[in-house]
Amino acid sequence: MKLIFEKSSAGHGTDYLPKCDVEPYSFPAELCREHPLVLPETEEAAVSRHYTELARQVYGVNDGFYPLGSCTMKYNPKINEELAGLEGFAEIHPLQPVETVQGCLETMYTAQQYFCEITGMDGMSLQPAAGAQGEFAGLLMIKAYHLSRGDMKRIKIIIPDSAHGTNPASCAMAGFEVVNIKSNAKGCVDMKTLKNLADDTVAGMMLTNPNTVGIFEENILEITQIIHNAGGLLYYDGANLNAIAGVVRPGDMGFDVIHLNLHKTFSAPHGGGGPGAGPVGCKEPLLPFLPAPVVKAASEGFDWAEPSQSVGRIKMFYGHFPVIVKALTYVLTLGAEGIREMSETAVLNANYLKNLLKECFDTAYEGYCMHEFVLTLEKLKKEKGVSALDIAKALLDEHMHPPTMYFPLIVSEALMLEPTETESKTDIEEAAKKLTAVYRKAKEQPEMFHDLPLTTPVCRPDEAVAARNPVLRYFSRIER
Amino acid sequence: MAGYVPHSAEERQEMLKAIGISSVDELYSAVPQSVKLKNLHLPDGMAEMEVKKRMKQLAEKNTVFSSVFRGAGVYHHYIPSIVKAIIAKEEFLTAYTPYQPEISQGLLQGIFEFQTMICELTGMETANASVYDGACAAAEAVAMCCDAKRNKALVSETVHPMTLETIRTYCKGSGVELVTVKTKNGITDLAAMEETLSGEYGCVYIQQPNYFGMIEPTQEIGKMAKKTDTKYIMGIHPISCVLLKSPGECGADIAVGEGQPLGLPMAFGGALLGFMACSKQMTRKLPGRIVGLTADAAGKRAFVLTMQAREQHIRREKASSNICSNQAHNALAASVYLSAMGIKGLRSAAEQCVSKAHYAARQIGKVNGFSLVYPGEFFNEFLTYCPTDTGVLIKALKKRGILGGYPVEDKILWCVTECNTKKEIDLLADTIKEVCGK
Repeated sequence: MKLIFEKSSAGHGTDYLPKCDVEPYSFPAELCREHPLVLPETEEAAVSRHYTELARQVYGVNDGFYPLGSCTMKYNPKINEELAGLEGFAEIHPLQPVETVQGCLETMYTAQQYFCEITGMDGMSLQPAAGAQGEFAGLLMIKAYHLSRGDMKRIKIIIPDSAHGTNPASCAMAGFEVVNIKSNAKGCVDMKTLKNLADDTVAGMMLTNPNTVGIFEENILEITQIIHNAGGLLYYDGANLNAIAGVVRPGDMGFDVIHLNLHKTFSAPHGGGGPGAGPVGCKEPLLPFLPAPVVKAASEGFDWAEPSQSVGRIKMFYGHFPVIVKALTYVLTLGAEGIREMSETAVLNANYLKNLLKECFDTAYEGYCMHEFVLTLEKLKKEKGVSALDIAKALLDEHMHPPTMYFPLIVSEALMLEPTETESKTDIEEAAKKLTAVYRKAKEQPEMFHDLPLTTPVCRPDEAVAARNPVLRYFSRIER
Repeated sequence: MAGYVPHSAEERQEMLKAIGISSVDELYSAVPQSVKLKNLHLPDGMAEMEVKKRMKQLAEKNTVFSSVFRGAGVYHHYIPSIVKAIIAKEEFLTAYTPYQPEISQGLLQGIFEFQTMICELTGMETANASVYDGACAAAEAVAMCCDAKRNKALVSETVHPMTLETIRTYCKGSGVELVTVKTKNGITDLAAMEETLSGEYGCVYIQQPNYFGMIEPTQEIGKMAKKTDTKYIMGIHPISCVLLKSPGECGADIAVGEGQPLGLPMAFGGALLGFMACSKQMTRKLPGRIVGLTADAAGKRAFVLTMQAREQHIRREKASSNICSNQAHNALAASVYLSAMGIKGLRSAAEQCVSKAHYAARQIGKVNGFSLVYPGEFFNEFLTYCPTDTGVLIKALKKRGILGGYPVEDKILWCVTECNTKKEIDLLADTIKEVCGK
């Protein structure tokens, strides 16, 4: 495809603005830009065609099955976009007087309350822009909590080796030392190791439950108790909430701080990589440390509040407001029963798919899974030289988005599947057929797998060349 | 039951039977009985028609102003209709991060074009795929520059207070010491800056135009930073930089900013768009997604996410940042905006901002007591005195459908863009005169 810059020619373009109706003002020459500005010069029709062409080479949830484990690629209801785009939401300046934004504040307050109810938390700040930023905020809260009690020696955070990469990265950003804890043969936290690690230098533990291999940590109450007894706090990574919302609450399991991924569990679209939203919630003792501001109910209407010992501001303004509108829309639609049905169906679908695949594929862990499960292609790799990557690429030719590859890191040749609750029985059966057919073919004709896919707009790009000799922008002229 | 679950009762039974269980509860056998939830205290689900009504009622409780003279971080610019039409395409909206390049060339190329446009605007060599917002971009830029040897960051007090607060929060985590330079005549106090700067500082951060709308001496600051080998970070308003010296021309090592003026609605302050660009030497320190050009086996042009060795999913605690998403969908909006507006359109928007702001400053300035607080050049925002209680004035303006400037202590920070017509500006000035004039 040509770049938009390659479709540009000097002097072209569509006018969108009227003529200036006041006397022109010019900056003195010494302030003015001399560096020439290169932007596309194209008529609107050409711009429209360009992006339509780009859109044709993107695979979204609406294009088909999207079992990307850990990402919860559920259907994104269309009402979300319409409501977030209402003039009364989209055309509101964030610094308007508080009496002119009561609708926004009520939206945020209601979302805070509902998210607290769903997670069993006592308070929530909607500010974090994404799950990773929610983690960062939550860890700063844990740090501030310990310091506020004069407990200076808690510098460690315990993280399972199966955790999302953001967990250790957020710890590093928050100034903590990461202690990795090995998972046991069942893919869960090893209790003996945990007992040995839990001492008075531990600030807390980050955990995803169900964990990243799709298994509910059956010792969860004991885990939270061990950490609490050692004086630490429990952080809940909300990435996998889609398995348990309405069934069991992180707060009731003993978690003290959590973040939610509104673009996963609460149906806001991923947008090709953002914006999402990652509200951070906590139990009562941590309320003073929430990122500021939060919304409170006032004597009349709603108002802003600054938690007394807030970790501070982590971004401009108040969070990803349109994403919050979408998530609230979703919760209102589902209601209490619908949320439970959402999780139960996500879990049912995952188990149904896993069951359909068990003849052919090796699952990494035995037993029922939650909303996702991990396959290991170790045997296929060893015997036939066909890797998880090769299988994933072959699926592209079957018009199916591949599962997550090579995650979690503790499973070799991993493929992680999360069908979500919005896939029908037929869709799941179709997907299972495709996966099985690809697997059988890999056993019979392994040699052809290294060149797949063949039917996509491009074949496998050379990633090594891209990294070794980075070309990260288009040049329209000879540089200095 | 409301929701988006597709199974009929019979299908559900068939699925349970296939798994070999009689109820979904059995799948949750690992959940301790003592913490299993009876029911959530939430309202019953609603039909789409009811939800729409409820949310519309909420939206209607907000006041939409027909005339906006407030900025301070989020700006009311004209958005061509094509932007909304393109970003509504479901492929763009519902895709995940482009981990599978073979079926994501549209997204990847879109980001590559965005990176190019940001490089062009800023005059820098490399840009990433975007971060959450301008404040986070500033905080991430500070983190790129500071290490154990240079563990201090120097930030001017003239930056947006929320940017300063965000940098401060990030520094709490990293242990970088944040030092501020005071304001003199509405811009950074250069003498104070020169006195403070030393080899202990990893970076200097300046916002152009600054929080008060004033034009900072960005070239002088660049020279000053060079003397102590301190990295120079400039935070810019992307439309102003069409007219003003680009960060590249000012000797900046990193340019960051808030991309919301480029085709994104105000939306109560977000979701916004942080952009980051830097010199070639600093490229491998950039956080976030970066798209690179390569070819497929047949030699066909292809784009991929690249240099992932910097990122959290590979490097874990040693990553340059924990960020994994960018603001892909908003970066797409900005790219469509820049493509549609083109050089001519963007220059026109910039010229109208500065011209109309100066006209407004003159008209408002005619009212007794509303003179400019600071001398010197400004772009589309300016601070005036306000002899009357600011709250009283803002309320009076509201009655005429005008969102007045942002009160900063007892002064007002006004913002004017291409959207404000001469007629609107005159009505603003007349209303101020009526309320506050003697």
